[in-house]
Amino acid sequence: MFGYILRRLAATAPVMLIVAVFVFLMLRLTPGDPAAIIAGDNANSEQVAAIRNSLGLDQPIFTQFFIWFGNILRGDFGESYFFKKTVAELIIGRLEPTLALSIATIIIAVSVAVPLGVLAAYKQGTLIDKIVMGFSVLGFSVPVFVIGYSLIYLFAIKLNWLPVQGYQRIGDGFGGFLQRLILPSVTLSVIYIALIARMTRTSVLDVMGEDYIRTARAKGQVEIKVLFRHALKNAAVPIITVIGLGIALLIGGVVVTESVFTIPGLGRLTVDAVLARDYPTIQAVILLFSFVYVLINLLVDVIYTLFDPRIRY
Amino acid sequence: MVSRSLRLATLAFAASLALGATATARTLRVSLHSDLKIVDPIWTTALITVNHGYMIYDTLFALDEKLAIQPQMVDRYETSADKLSWTFTLRDGLEWHDGAPVTAEDCVASIKRWGARDAMGQKLMSYVAELAAPDVKTIRMTLKEAYGLVMQALAKPGASVPFMMPKRIAETDPQKQITEYVGSGPFIFKADEWRAGEKAVYLKNTKYKPRAEPPSGLAGGKVAKVDRVEWIWIADAQTQVNALINGEVDLLEAPPHDLLPLLAEDKNIELFVFNPAGRQNAIRFNVLHKPFDNPKIRLAVAYALNQKDLLDAVIGNARWYIECKSLFPCGSPLQSTRGWDDKFTSDFTKARALLQEAGYDGTPVALMQSTDIVSLSNLAPVAKSLMEKAGFKVDVQAMDWQTLVTRRTKKDPPNAGGWSAFLTSWASVDILDPVAASFLNASCDKATFGWPCDAEMEKLRDAFSKETDPARQKALAEAVQLRVLEYPTHLPLGQYVQPQAFRKNVVGLLAAPSLALWNIEVK
Repeated sequence: MFGYILRRLAATAPVMLIVAVFVFLMLRLTPGDPAAIIAGDNANSEQVAAIRNSLGLDQPIFTQFFIWFGNILRGDFGESYFFKKTVAELIIGRLEPTLALSIATIIIAVSVAVPLGVLAAYKQGTLIDKIVMGFSVLGFSVPVFVIGYSLIYLFAIKLNWLPVQGYQRIGDGFGGFLQRLILPSVTLSVIYIALIARMTRTSVLDVMGEDYIRTARAKGQVEIKVLFRHALKNAAVPIITVIGLGIALLIGGVVVTESVFTIPGLGRLTVDAVLARDYPTIQAVILLFSFVYVLINLLVDVIYTLFDPRIRY
Repeated sequence: MVSRSLRLATLAFAASLALGATATARTLRVSLHSDLKIVDPIWTTALITVNHGYMIYDTLFALDEKLAIQPQMVDRYETSADKLSWTFTLRDGLEWHDGAPVTAEDCVASIKRWGARDAMGQKLMSYVAELAAPDVKTIRMTLKEAYGLVMQALAKPGASVPFMMPKRIAETDPQKQITEYVGSGPFIFKADEWRAGEKAVYLKNTKYKPRAEPPSGLAGGKVAKVDRVEWIWIADAQTQVNALINGEVDLLEAPPHDLLPLLAEDKNIELFVFNPAGRQNAIRFNVLHKPFDNPKIRLAVAYALNQKDLLDAVIGNARWYIECKSLFPCGSPLQSTRGWDDKFTSDFTKARALLQEAGYDGTPVALMQSTDIVSLSNLAPVAKSLMEKAGFKVDVQAMDWQTLVTRRTKKDPPNAGGWSAFLTSWASVDILDPVAASFLNASCDKATFGWPCDAEMEKLRDAFSKETDPARQKALAEAVQLRVLEYPTHLPLGQYVQPQAFRKNVVGLLAAPSLALWNIEVK
């Protein structure tokens, strides 16, 4: 197993190289010039050219790439064109809100969706099943921002229970931290609840007819144990796959949610950087997201072995 | 027992949540139009950084609410009869936030740094023979020849304001950003609490010595009446509005016009136009390529368009806009409609006649449309419709603003990645005269994007800059306005104001050319 993990980690290197080349070229080939943005409305062509020169953007694209890539290999992601900070500082500053939002979302999604999915499977064909599946379709269909605004309207504006927006760092008080995390993470979790509940239902239904379920029931096990200890555990692999995929998809979801709820995380940083054509920041954030994506896939593969002893690497 | 403990824990948790929602006393929480990313107001022209500048720095002169120039850090000033020598004496008791006294040397260094970056500053410095500090409170400026815009330059609001900084900071290379944020203004920047993308924090400068006069615009006594100001960055416009309704912020600087009815309905919220000069929409031409290399074809656009349709498309409610057939902003000293009464009437017959006279061959106008700025996005489709009725062929090319900003620097022909025209808007205070308005710069390659090239226009602008008599300045401004009809550099397309929205417990807002957060109390 350890050797497998090492091999997988080593395999991320070429993946990251391809991502780096791709991101770099994409950014340079899309329209937009940070120098013109920095120069502002009153600048003439000479002033824009001077800024372009100071940023090194007037050098051939391959020279720019090799300078940037060489710096990355030394652990230097460069300095943001706009924020007077290194990209590493910027990312570290934005990590906590995105991590908090992602973890809270996954906790809510898994703790709601798995029981719902099991319940729907157990009550297959009943009203409960139809309600859960109806919610599932709705959760998929309604855009995140609509859910966000609706929850804000109800819980913040009408009931005044929770704040509309903002993020409080955990170090500044747990109460405020939690208070500001509830609405965004519930908003973001809706789509994952829908996804995971549906997959859980299908997977549990697949195993409910198996012999070991009948045996467990014949041994007099209570139904809840049958469902969660025998059925769910054997149905876990596809559910874990979906949860893993969900975590990866969260990267996209946080961009919208962070915008609607004013959470200063990596999603907002990405949007701001793209709008300002802040190349060093965009490149670093996308590399980071890609790396996280690869790691999550690896983690999912490792977790498979915990639930299904037949899987060996 | 367990149940009781659970209830107590729940109560404690609820209390902690409630505490989190309670606003700190005497804190003003505002949501501005943008996030504060750069804090050097000389290095960037970004409006958000100008707002930051007015919080922590002070200026030698400032505009009052009627756009008249008033001394601010300056106690008294005098000029020689030949207007070549200017002497400015600083007020007593001015102090930097670090406790050091403000000296004339600090101000000289500040003017020099600003003069190296800003177009109007560069123009002023090109006339300056010597800028000196003969003593700690006296600044002496000696000019090579008379220059009519000394005061206008030093009182300049809008983009790139001549803010005063300590000498050690002002001596930073103008091409590099400052790294220390010490001013002498009414608020102190809490750099340790500044989180770009989240919030910026300012504390009341308790040692600030305001002028004795009542506050007016950016001039007069700047008295900070709250202990702390928090700029909370909320990117989403709807969330900004929700936050104000919910009392999480006290003031919105720039709520979008389409959401104003929602705010107007709320009994706890009021709307207030803090900058009556507002903004002016404009169409900018690229004179390098067909069809707009021909001035008559550019003039035909003035007959084809009308301001009402364009303003209705982006602002909607006529309460927030005015049609203004003046090159210089309506409400400003140089406002004039001379020669412009018959323009912007959608007189398609006249426009067609002009196109025929000019020999328009049907070359399409590559009109760049910014799609991500609400106040601009609908201008291009309306302009296209009106211009096509006059006989133009118009190819609207949609893009985000930053792509437009990049593309407008390209001198290539429109069919090779260049452009013919785009629509934008300016803060009125940035275009108060022919020198400040950079679209009027017609110095060919040295002009801004569009590169107008007209010796007559440059002669008039130069004459304006040397003129010191206001009446003759006004006559020259009118001459510029008439010259624009012969050689259109751009065309003004109406003016609009941006109301602020605030909760009713906020009092003391000031009408000013830039955001002024002093004099405000939170009751």
